[in-house]
Amino acid sequence: MIARLSPKRIVFGDHAPSLRITLTSAILALLCLVWIYPFLWMVSTSLKSNMEMFANPGLIPQDFMWDNYRRAWVEANMGRYFFNTLIVTAGSVFLVTVSTAMLGYVLGRYRFPGRTTFFVAFVATVFIPQGFTIIPVFELLSMMGLSSNLFGLTLATSGHAMVVFVVLFAGYFSQLPKELEEAARVEGITFFKIFWYVMLPLARPMVVTVVIMQVLHAWNDFLLPLVITLANPAIRTLSVGIYAFKGEQSIDWTGMSAAATISIVPVVILFVLLQRYFINGLAGAVKG
Amino acid sequence: MRVLGTLRVHRFHYLMMLPGLVLAGMFVFYPIFAAMFYAMHDWSGFTAQKIFVGFGNFLDLFLDPIFWNAFGRSIVFLVGTVPLQMAISLVLAMVLNMQLLKLSTFFRTMIFLPVVTPVAVIGIVWTFLLSPFNGPVNGLLLDLGLVSQPIDFLGSTQTVMPSVVGVYVWKWLGITLIYWLAALQTVPDEVYDAARLDNCKGHRLAFYVVLPIIKPFALAILLISSVAALNVFPLIMSMTNGGPFFGSEVMEIFIYRTAFAADDGSIPQLGYAAAAGVLFGAVLLGLTALQALAARRTRMATAGTKA
Repeated sequence: MIARLSPKRIVFGDHAPSLRITLTSAILALLCLVWIYPFLWMVSTSLKSNMEMFANPGLIPQDFMWDNYRRAWVEANMGRYFFNTLIVTAGSVFLVTVSTAMLGYVLGRYRFPGRTTFFVAFVATVFIPQGFTIIPVFELLSMMGLSSNLFGLTLATSGHAMVVFVVLFAGYFSQLPKELEEAARVEGITFFKIFWYVMLPLARPMVVTVVIMQVLHAWNDFLLPLVITLANPAIRTLSVGIYAFKGEQSIDWTGMSAAATISIVPVVILFVLLQRYFINGLAGAVKG
Repeated sequence: MRVLGTLRVHRFHYLMMLPGLVLAGMFVFYPIFAAMFYAMHDWSGFTAQKIFVGFGNFLDLFLDPIFWNAFGRSIVFLVGTVPLQMAISLVLAMVLNMQLLKLSTFFRTMIFLPVVTPVAVIGIVWTFLLSPFNGPVNGLLLDLGLVSQPIDFLGSTQTVMPSVVGVYVWKWLGITLIYWLAALQTVPDEVYDAARLDNCKGHRLAFYVVLPIIKPFALAILLISSVAALNVFPLIMSMTNGGPFFGSEVMEIFIYRTAFAADDGSIPQLGYAAAAGVLFGAVLLGLTALQALAARRTRMATAGTKA
């Protein structure tokens, strides 16, 4: 066991040490250190005092100022924004995954009048950027009385990114074999049950892809929450909350770094734990 | 009667599509038509009064240098980021794909870290890192003696676009890396074995053996990356607000500023902003059509070689 964990083993595995591997690993390690420096800086700043931050450029703080985190969580409302973001992310992931899977399933596997029209419409709108539709979306939500609450934000966050997922699901479902479905139909199982118990489980890799991509989209989204929360700061998401930090006259850099750290910790933990799914899921988007 | 019959035969199909179609109808299709409608009106967005101006907004846009500058910057951004991002991540993916490299999972995780970080956080952290006052990047450059005076990366019109492009590539490189790695996984081991027998390695292996095999993926990756590079609003908004002096104002910032009059207190022009969106969208749609056409030709060409 101990031999397994030796540094030599970690770098070279079962192969004989070679100069090329050592050199490549060393260069990559250095590159990664530079690459993640902004994160190291952020975490380090979040533990410094505002005075020390300008005086001491090093990464190790003199005393650990945990108060920055209290300030960010309580005074800057990051706690509340955190839960807002969580609600919007979870809600939109559910809505998007279920609705696009059903839509993609029908579009990908059945022939019926109107199918081509729908399909072309979805493919044609893949390229439309958010900036193009933000004004009507905002107007629509206002008309429905949803322009300044979390439900409206969740709905719009779901609707904005769904086109690509419909196309991905349609492609995936269209290449699954017919036999299982037919066998189930002979057994007298209803259309909806076949989808839910037979076809959807078969499409698990694509479900994972869509869930991961939507989580990234919802957690990163900015323009939509910015516009929708202009009138109601209480429903801000983390991204908008951190941006608002910057807007105030004097920037509380250490408090802001604490807030930023709070906002990335959940996704980073999620990513490290579910890394395999992230990677396979994203890979599914290009493999189709 | 026939319509009713069709509806009955396919009732489950239509029913199952309903949730998705409602969502898409509200937030994808309706906005496109609504934007076209707004685009033909002079409308501030606050008052109910909409004055029909036909193509007036579009004519004004054609003569508006701020619009064309923003348009150009969006294209520059697209052309500046996508090839850079794809090239760097391809090289990295090839290195990380070496089977002898045991630490590649660890390196991959590190490089992917910015992807899972909210853009607003990244924008604000980099604003400080690039600051001319006590910013670590300038600190390093000064210590190394590369510059004699701190560079105001985000405060000067010359350096602001390259800086934003750099941060964008840093943020999203991890995701293209994953795409390339996925593509490289499809190269069978036998190919590498055969190449070794022929004593083909290094850049020759990369250029003449591996690249042709993963070429079909390049188009999908290019498409996904290009779509992403047009949605750059959050990064620029959180780093520069489009400044200095409109120096980093891309299309989405232009639309946002015109529609919601963020800073300067002027009257919002929703109709004008919508027209800008429509014009930009039309150009993009044209580009998509061209790309789809090109994709079809490549696919037919590859199908031809396979058969």
